[in-house]
Amino acid sequence: MTVSLIVIAVVVTALAFDFTNGFHDTANAMATSIATRAMPPRVAVAVAGVLNVVGAFLSIEVAKTISNGLVDDAKITPVVIFAGLVGAILWNLVTWLVGLPSSSSHALFGGLIGATVVAAGADAVNFGAVISKIVLPAVISPLLAGLIALIATYLTYRMTERSDPETISTTFRFGQILSASTVALAHGTSDAQKTMGVITLTLISAGILSPNAGPPFWVILSCGVAIGLGTYVGGWRIIQTLGKRISDIQTRQGFAAETASATVILASAHLGFALSTTQVCTGSIFGAGAGRRLAQVQWGVAGQMAIAWVLTLPAAAAVGAVAAWTAGKGPLGTILVAVVLIAASGGIYAWSKRNPVTADNVNDVPSIDQTAPAAA
Amino acid sequence: MKIEWAALGLVSVVSLAVGVVVVVLFALGAIGLSSRRRALDGGQNGRGLGVAMSTAVAGACFAAVAAILVYSLYIIAAA
Repeated sequence: MTVSLIVIAVVVTALAFDFTNGFHDTANAMATSIATRAMPPRVAVAVAGVLNVVGAFLSIEVAKTISNGLVDDAKITPVVIFAGLVGAILWNLVTWLVGLPSSSSHALFGGLIGATVVAAGADAVNFGAVISKIVLPAVISPLLAGLIALIATYLTYRMTERSDPETISTTFRFGQILSASTVALAHGTSDAQKTMGVITLTLISAGILSPNAGPPFWVILSCGVAIGLGTYVGGWRIIQTLGKRISDIQTRQGFAAETASATVILASAHLGFALSTTQVCTGSIFGAGAGRRLAQVQWGVAGQMAIAWVLTLPAAAAVGAVAAWTAGKGPLGTILVAVVLIAASGGIYAWSKRNPVTADNVNDVPSIDQTAPAAA
Repeated sequence: MKIEWAALGLVSVVSLAVGVVVVVLFALGAIGLSSRRRALDGGQNGRGLGVAMSTAVAGACFAAVAAILVYSLYIIAAA
């Protein structure tokens, strides 16, 4: 059987998305560990990268949710998936540029849904699955993670308030290395699977795999490596937002936040809920911030993020729809979409160079407790 | 439209319980280490748990955290 050019193009684009997913989400695992200096920045991203690759091999439940049931695989083509990926990648790059921890997963689903609606009509999208497996978990999971982190942080501070402060700080710093590593592992499990699902869906729609097939080994491996590399490159802009701009995080809070995130992500991945690791981790950090008395939480930042979260799926859907419409005009249209994607990505990268955030300056943000006005 | 309320509820309850229990166990372990250090420094005037007991408490708590982590990963990988 010959593998057509478009299938190869989709696989490459999907792996490119996986790479942006990695560097967009390094912050989820490592932001608080870098902020509390539990780990040096470069060591943190290297550990996260390796554990993302390992995590990719743990489970395929989420991949199955995406390849079997989100959209009707009989009605879509590789071109539609390509257009969806274009929407997802562009939204991921724009939100990274402004340092917003928006959901890579929702960008992916949005792009796919938009492209599918334009190419095959609204009835090719399984909106029941969208609500049950994506929208509801998206609303519940950050609140749940925030609640766990809040309770855990509150209890930790109450329990340890009469202990030796230095021992407590050192112990929790070590604990953070473990908890952050577990989040990185969970991220690999949850998010690498989303790209595996997309590539599997492509192979099914091209007739290379039978419907209901799971991801082949080479798909699992390449997705794991792509997300691991992306993680290692490090999305320093978002690490700065999560680690430094929400609240002044201490090691006990970081540990509570990361443990809450890892638990929610792993439990959900096990049952095939494709939730957003970004939203879970952000919810945890807000919860951990609110759980320590006297800690200041920048709720204004929460407002900005909430807007980005609500916009993510429709925005990526809109780009995906435009891309699907253009690519649907024939091979020239598809090539045009690819050229626009590459040009826009290059442009965003060039723009980011004007104001770079790197491993060296990621913690150079004035402490919130000093800069914030004394608003209750 | 079929919404998997049971599965959503299960994920929520299990996450809440496991997340809070792990952090509390780790905090107990840290308190054990703190108590051990104070016992070693001899600053407690006979109060506190003593070195051996503190070490045992800390060790047991950290072992429990490790066991929960390994078991969770085992469940997921075995599925």
